[in-house]
Amino acid sequence: MQLILASTAIIFLGGLLALAVASRPRAASVLAAVGAIAGSAVGLVPALRAVLGGTHDAIACPWGLPLGEFHVALDALSGLFLVPILVLTAVAAVYGTRYLGHDTGPRVGVSWFFYSLLTCGMIAVVVARDAVLFLLAWETMSLASFFLVAYDDRRESVRHAAWTYLVATHIGTAALIALFVLMARQHGSLDFDHWNAGGMTSALASLCFLLAVAGFGTKAGFMPLHVWLPEAHPAAPSHVSAVMSGVMIKTGIYGLLRILSLIGPPPAWWGWLLIAIGLSSGILGILFALAQHDLKRLLAYSSVENIGIIAMGLGLGVLGTAYAAPTVATLGYAAALWHVLNHALFKGLLFLGAGAVLHAAGTTRIDRLGGLARRMPRTAMAFLFGAVAVCGLPPLNGFTSEFLVFIAALNGMLSGDLLVGATTAAVIAGLAVIGGLAVACFTKACGTIFLGEPRTSEADEAHEAGGTMWATMALLMVACVVVGVASPWLIGRSLASPLAVLCPAPAGLPIDLNVASSPLTGVVLAAAAFIGIALILVLLRRRLLAGRSVTQSGTWDCGYQRPTARMQYTSSSFAQPLVDLFRGLLRPRRDAAPIVELFPTAAHLQTHVGDLFTDRLIAPAFRRVREVLSRLRWIQHGRVQWYVLYIALTLLVLLVWKLG
Amino acid sequence: MDATQLIHPLLALALAPLMAGIVNKTKSAFAGRNGPPVLQPYRDLWRLLHKGAVYSRTTSWILRAGPIVSLAAVVTALAMLPFGGTAAPLSFAGDLIVFAYLFGLVRFLMVAAALDTGSSFEGMGASREVTFSALAEPALLLALAALARMAGSPSLSGLLAGAVANPAVSIPVLLLAAAAVGIVLLAENARIPVDDPNTHLELTMIHEVMILDTSGPDLAFAGYAALLKQWAFAALLVGVLVPWRTGVLWADVALALAAMAAVAVGIGVVESTMARLRLVRVPQLLLAAVACAALAVVLVLR
Repeated sequence: MQLILASTAIIFLGGLLALAVASRPRAASVLAAVGAIAGSAVGLVPALRAVLGGTHDAIACPWGLPLGEFHVALDALSGLFLVPILVLTAVAAVYGTRYLGHDTGPRVGVSWFFYSLLTCGMIAVVVARDAVLFLLAWETMSLASFFLVAYDDRRESVRHAAWTYLVATHIGTAALIALFVLMARQHGSLDFDHWNAGGMTSALASLCFLLAVAGFGTKAGFMPLHVWLPEAHPAAPSHVSAVMSGVMIKTGIYGLLRILSLIGPPPAWWGWLLIAIGLSSGILGILFALAQHDLKRLLAYSSVENIGIIAMGLGLGVLGTAYAAPTVATLGYAAALWHVLNHALFKGLLFLGAGAVLHAAGTTRIDRLGGLARRMPRTAMAFLFGAVAVCGLPPLNGFTSEFLVFIAALNGMLSGDLLVGATTAAVIAGLAVIGGLAVACFTKACGTIFLGEPRTSEADEAHEAGGTMWATMALLMVACVVVGVASPWLIGRSLASPLAVLCPAPAGLPIDLNVASSPLTGVVLAAAAFIGIALILVLLRRRLLAGRSVTQSGTWDCGYQRPTARMQYTSSSFAQPLVDLFRGLLRPRRDAAPIVELFPTAAHLQTHVGDLFTDRLIAPAFRRVREVLSRLRWIQHGRVQWYVLYIALTLLVLLVWKLG
Repeated sequence: MDATQLIHPLLALALAPLMAGIVNKTKSAFAGRNGPPVLQPYRDLWRLLHKGAVYSRTTSWILRAGPIVSLAAVVTALAMLPFGGTAAPLSFAGDLIVFAYLFGLVRFLMVAAALDTGSSFEGMGASREVTFSALAEPALLLALAALARMAGSPSLSGLLAGAVANPAVSIPVLLLAAAAVGIVLLAENARIPVDDPNTHLELTMIHEVMILDTSGPDLAFAGYAALLKQWAFAALLVGVLVPWRTGVLWADVALALAAMAAVAVGIGVVESTMARLRLVRVPQLLLAAVACAALAVVLVLR
């Protein structure tokens, strides 16, 4: 535990030093990155020990605040979230030193300070065991990331995105405060250790669960609470997007799991609610991702989709617990936890890849790119691996966790009654739709950005990412492969202790991770067979082509002699059939000036897919709130004398109330 | 491992082109032509394997990787299918998901390879491929899940083991699942009414247009992978539709092979008697497959 505190201190110190030398951006970057690496190295030791060994370590001491105390603890569940937090923040910090390398001015150092603060906040969130401390950590994390999103604050769109994020995260925090107040009243303590299911009525437990879903779901990005993700992720610098999408939103999942472990045995409908949230987030998330024109926005929506997959796993876990089906429960929870880890790796990789594209070509608008695979082959390869992983295709790591959700559902289907069977069938169908749409979405992204011919001169002049940036991407790429191939072994070693925290002994579910690792062994065998056959075919092809004529020519465009880059299929046209098929949900807006005359002049076509929930739910709701509140505007008129009168009147009322 | 487990993969590798030959022969018979010899697909593959290659200047390593990954993935998927009375070489809980997702990998790489050329025609084909597959995937997995529930086994070897316990429930379920798998077979293998393998306009193709710029051994790999994929889906359909076992190994295999030939003839008949659907109508056909599979799920859960 002391090591975790030391690690937090080192990371914070790195940030402070970066702030101190803010006048020299390069030094600030290096100092913060060194702090992040050293802090992560120190912190990984106890985190891994907690995950693998299931140790529990705590420090509690009173502090000067009127409420709560300083109580931190590290158990296997905290450790499991701590590992990706530490790894990804360190990797992204190294990437960031190069990514921000061309920027000048003190804002680089300031940004690094908030980056360190964000890391410290995330660490504190997963180790806090006191409601007040938890909320402090939560707010530190949220505010630090707000300032990180607002890095490029000269752009209006960035300020808007940061503002949206700030409002959304505080609505979530409001639900959390209500949740903690309820729990504290019930148990007479702010300490998580004193919180248990004992004495909680089922109505109270359900209310707490709903508040946790709303509060933590806003951070995690459950639909329809996801509205800030597609705004904030594209606005932030790419290494920050990687951290936010890869690990910060997972703190929402952590919070939900922590509360689930504290409020007692779940009724079945919690599971159904989570599965419904998972299905809607997953399917709508990937549909909206498919319709986006901006790479980072696309990746943000894909994060919503992956959170949906995690929610489905959680839902199956809860359902299995409620129905006393240990296999389904174990597989569901294991799938959710495993996807948390895997998503951190491949989504981190994809955001870093998107950053490299932005760095090289100056834009992430998909239809303005093209042909980057020949200009930046290493980045293209890394991005392709990330894309295959995020689509959940074998043999990479993304498949292993989606596979676990599938077999959790299959097991529920084989053993359950009609309701469970119907639910699990919906999960299977939903995951299949998500899988199919994800392939469409990421072939669109990879294909339009990296393949074909460059569509603009910026894309034509793109350059390969520098050594530092490439090294971090390579590291994550290798991790995606290794974690995928070693998954049976890794799951058996690393998930047993976190699952024991989630389903504590009174719930009485025997945990046997063999139900997860033995099918995964089959997956790995299949993957090994696939890789072996592919290698044989590579050799065979080389042998066949040796000594034969291998020539180059233009692309066959059906006899057309003068194809230009602008004639290529664009990402919009690639996605059009699916967007059209789901137009009821996506509501694409078209703005076209068609070609009318025989000798046409200017014509244009613009399509845009806004967010269904922002447009239909959030924006109207905020409009109504503003209308109602504007009726109170007569109180605010700027005359100081009146304000003094207000204060005096308030004091008078309080005095009367106190005395009366 | 039992040597009989290798019978199916070897049969598939050897006979997949023959199946395409039978389809073509059937279509020729309907059209009143002699048609190409049944063994023509073998000759085509053989000829391609002996050619050099031409690559577009636009392309990168992705175009070269596409056919190799496809062939390797399809062969791996074949290793999970039982056939007749023979068990699959690779069988574990949830192998049906790996089976389906290996074809997802094939699709990813072939679509990427098509986009690698920068040709708008190949982009068009790729776009249609991902659209239709996104709808075919739930139909396939739901149908397999229904069969899994009925057989009480989460692996392909178990759910195609050929046990018909309660005919009143199992026969409708098998028929519905077969309808779903049958439609997916036609959609995933570039068959009428979804795609016309013999159309002469690049504008209207799906699968053929995606490999316009693939040549020589690469084209042989891609073509062979497509033939094996067709075999795999047909073998799945046969496994669903022919659940009876005699208990004698060679008789079961012979029965299954006869059923494969019948499926090939059936594809030929469908192709000869139906017109291709308009592209905007294809999703409706695939949704019908999803509906069949969902109905099968409802029946087994009841």
